[in-house]
Amino acid sequence: MLSVKSLYTEYAGERGEAIHAAQDVSFEVPEGKLFTLLGPSGCGKTTTLRSIAGLERPKSGEISVRGEPVYSSQRGIFVAPNRRDFGMVFQSYAIWPHMNVFENAAFPLEVRSARSRHKLGRKEIAAKVMEVLRAVALDDLVDRAATKLSGGQQQRLALARALVMEPQLLLLDEPLSNLDAKLRERMRFELKRIQRELGITTVYVTHDQSEALALSHMIAVMDRGRIVQIGTPRDVYERPSDRFVADFVGTTNFLDAAVVATGGGERCRVRTAVGELNVRCGEYLRANDSVLVSVRPEDVELSEQPPPQDNRDKADGEKADGDNADGDNFCVGEVQAKAFLGDCLDFQVKIGDFIVLARVHPSLRTPVGDKIYVRMRADKCVAVPQR
Amino acid sequence: MTTGSVFLRMPALPRGDAMWLVIAGSVALAAWLALVPVAFLLWQSFLTPETASAPAELTFENYATAYLTTETLRLFGNSVAFGIGSAAVAFVSGTFFAWVNERTDTPFKSLFFALSLVPLVIPAILFTVSWIFLASPKIGIINSALDGVFGTDAVFVDIYSLAGMVFVDGMHQSPLAFLLMTAAFRAMDPALEESALMSGATIGEVVWRVTLRLAWPAALAAFLILFVRAVESFEVPALLGLPVGIEVYTSSIYQAIQKYPSEVGLASAYGVTLLLIASLCIYVQSRVAADSARFSTVTGKGFRPRRMRIGGWRYLTAAVFVAYLMVVVVLPFLVLVWCSLQKFYSVPSLAAVQNLTFDAYRAVVSYPDILSVVRNTAVLALGTAVVVMLMTSVLAWIVVRTRWPGRGFLDTLVSLPLVFPGIVLGLAVMITYLHIDIGIYGTLWIMLVAYVTRFMPYGMRYATTSMLALHKELEDSAAMSGASWRMTFQRIILPLLKPGLIAGFIYIVIVSVRELSGSILLYSPGSEVVSIMIWEYWQNGQYVELSALGVMLIVVLLCFVLAAQFVGRRYGVADAGS
Repeated sequence: MLSVKSLYTEYAGERGEAIHAAQDVSFEVPEGKLFTLLGPSGCGKTTTLRSIAGLERPKSGEISVRGEPVYSSQRGIFVAPNRRDFGMVFQSYAIWPHMNVFENAAFPLEVRSARSRHKLGRKEIAAKVMEVLRAVALDDLVDRAATKLSGGQQQRLALARALVMEPQLLLLDEPLSNLDAKLRERMRFELKRIQRELGITTVYVTHDQSEALALSHMIAVMDRGRIVQIGTPRDVYERPSDRFVADFVGTTNFLDAAVVATGGGERCRVRTAVGELNVRCGEYLRANDSVLVSVRPEDVELSEQPPPQDNRDKADGEKADGDNADGDNFCVGEVQAKAFLGDCLDFQVKIGDFIVLARVHPSLRTPVGDKIYVRMRADKCVAVPQR
Repeated sequence: MTTGSVFLRMPALPRGDAMWLVIAGSVALAAWLALVPVAFLLWQSFLTPETASAPAELTFENYATAYLTTETLRLFGNSVAFGIGSAAVAFVSGTFFAWVNERTDTPFKSLFFALSLVPLVIPAILFTVSWIFLASPKIGIINSALDGVFGTDAVFVDIYSLAGMVFVDGMHQSPLAFLLMTAAFRAMDPALEESALMSGATIGEVVWRVTLRLAWPAALAAFLILFVRAVESFEVPALLGLPVGIEVYTSSIYQAIQKYPSEVGLASAYGVTLLLIASLCIYVQSRVAADSARFSTVTGKGFRPRRMRIGGWRYLTAAVFVAYLMVVVVLPFLVLVWCSLQKFYSVPSLAAVQNLTFDAYRAVVSYPDILSVVRNTAVLALGTAVVVMLMTSVLAWIVVRTRWPGRGFLDTLVSLPLVFPGIVLGLAVMITYLHIDIGIYGTLWIMLVAYVTRFMPYGMRYATTSMLALHKELEDSAAMSGASWRMTFQRIILPLLKPGLIAGFIYIVIVSVRELSGSILLYSPGSEVVSIMIWEYWQNGQYVELSALGVMLIVVLLCFVLAAQFVGRRYGVADAGS
């Protein structure tokens, strides 16, 4: 539905030097889906969104909606933002302080009506505004001054204002980042519900990986102006394509590794500081390639009991390292430090000279200094290219 | 989807003829107002006086007279001495009271704060005249009172001296210093001072080693502004200096024009000199200010400064404050009131109390041209304020919001008139419209042109500040809602700028009513304004009428400020932007 093709943007910095924001950014958003641009600040995600909005003019590329270009450098097309028919929610919400709730939400309809030949009546506008305010549960605050709204209410009003003209595309620029933690979690569900119910195609920009994972159909992770991976939330989290994605989306352990042998398909065996591991990898790897292995802390399983012997393929008592038929990796370590986080417990486990972070259920109470058994499923260890 | 509207402009700038018309008009007007008079002034400074028998010729004689005579050094020395002295008086008193007000627990501070701003409303000419009544050697109240006490006829204080000029001008400018330094102190994180206190420093050490060191770029910038304002000031040198032959550049320009035949060329040469001095100072000032912004102690969060406890000293600081208010507000106003109730000017005494009369007020009100004078003043003040604020709101939008090339130059251009002393601007505008005959010379219009030029920079500051406080997304969201540039400007930007624009409007109305140096060379019969009328009363020696008119003017201006504040608080969008 929305298609962005090799978008390049640049703008003049403080001293007039050209700053490249987005570089060769391309993606497609299917009808009705929520697509997220995820990345740290300065990665070009906001610039990309503002280019889609028309608030910024890219250097080159093409942006089209339902096959109609709104921007094309080749064909010299640039549709003004106020003619694009996109709704947008800004990071600051940008609720106009000199208008009340109703006036804020009615503004898009009024200016459209003033411009178009089909004038909307006062009643029609009121009906549409009330409908959208009901959808965001602000219908009992219509006369409230905008400055008297709480953060969450402002956020919902901003959403209502973006939706009232029934836009073909909804653009959200970090809409939850100004809310406190509790409210943010609630609004996350609320936002998801409204988007799914209306089935409106949405582009969402955020630097918060958990927000992206919770809300999106598809995520594009951006780094230094480029998209490094596009995939479903599960893809991006479980199969990061490179070090940056693994590091940025969630917490992870990185182990330097060298490929020992490539197995069939997506498996290979690597040598690391904690011993040899079976890991998942791309098919492009060859023996002696150096890679990075990423293991999420919650995938590092700890146990005070040694794993049952029959799970091991070798009956090798002294050497605890090894793997079983499923290719799971075992090792033995020593508890170095613990941090109680309430719903979970973080362990730093020393395996050889290497320290691995493990996140486990708080019921595990092994004291610091004790020996502990570690299991890492081969499925959960992902080899990514060294960079 | 309206893909039909395709165009190749800058981003976020929808097309629309209204937009380009408004923008081009504002930019062209600003450029015309700021540049053309300078050009004419420069040109004129190289010409001989034009007479009926001889046309003007190209010459360097004006500069020779201005720079190469024995007068040169005296004139320059007087100007600089007056400027530095006045700036020092204003700076020291203003800084002291700003510190007391911001950083100590002196009682009644908020009252002091409000009262110490009152002199901003009093026109310089009235302030000067009231101090003549107070401290002139012949008719001054202070001298005659002290003579009465000591039984002599010695002169204790003589206002007609360089010291007197420095004192009066410095006191009149001290509220400005007070405001500038208050802002500097407010921008400073009090934690920096508190940590010095915690390290064991005394209050004196904290002030000397931390507060003043941190405030010093701001202080230097403030001092330069005060110096420029003093060098540019006309009323004090004209009233106090000219009678005893202490001339500075501004009064010399006036003298040269008043001569018969007028020496416009010489006046222009003086004007160019003054322009150079002011430009240099303002340039240095803006560099210093930019530097201080870079090393700014402002972190963006609001400070609630903790006041230092200065113990018993706070009674002393309060007493000094009261004394200061006597000097800048109470005494000048009371002496004007006293004088306005007399038949002829006389020093206060029991005998004189019995002669109290409202005759002077009657005389002023029944003055045949009074209606036209008041109307002229109102039209000029309101007209100037409206034109300036509308124009600068568009210009500020260009400077703050767009990334157009040349926007920095536009900002400089609009600020250019800051370096024009009022009398030089008046001179330049006079020359310009003598040569470009579009029929405004000698009318109210030429004064409007001069006023708009003179106050354009102030309007620009107000508009820019409010524009900066306005989150850009408030505009972007209007564009995303489908609003055109005109609609966005009309329905979002202007309403949100309203508080700032109204504040600027009020300020410009007040300074327009006070303005004398800019109009003194431009008025002609029929286009007099109130400040000119006061000037003429002074020239004619009609002191009681002058006082009556002055008292009425001050009262009206004060009422206007109070009403404006009330309206602003009641209807303004106080928390716009955020």
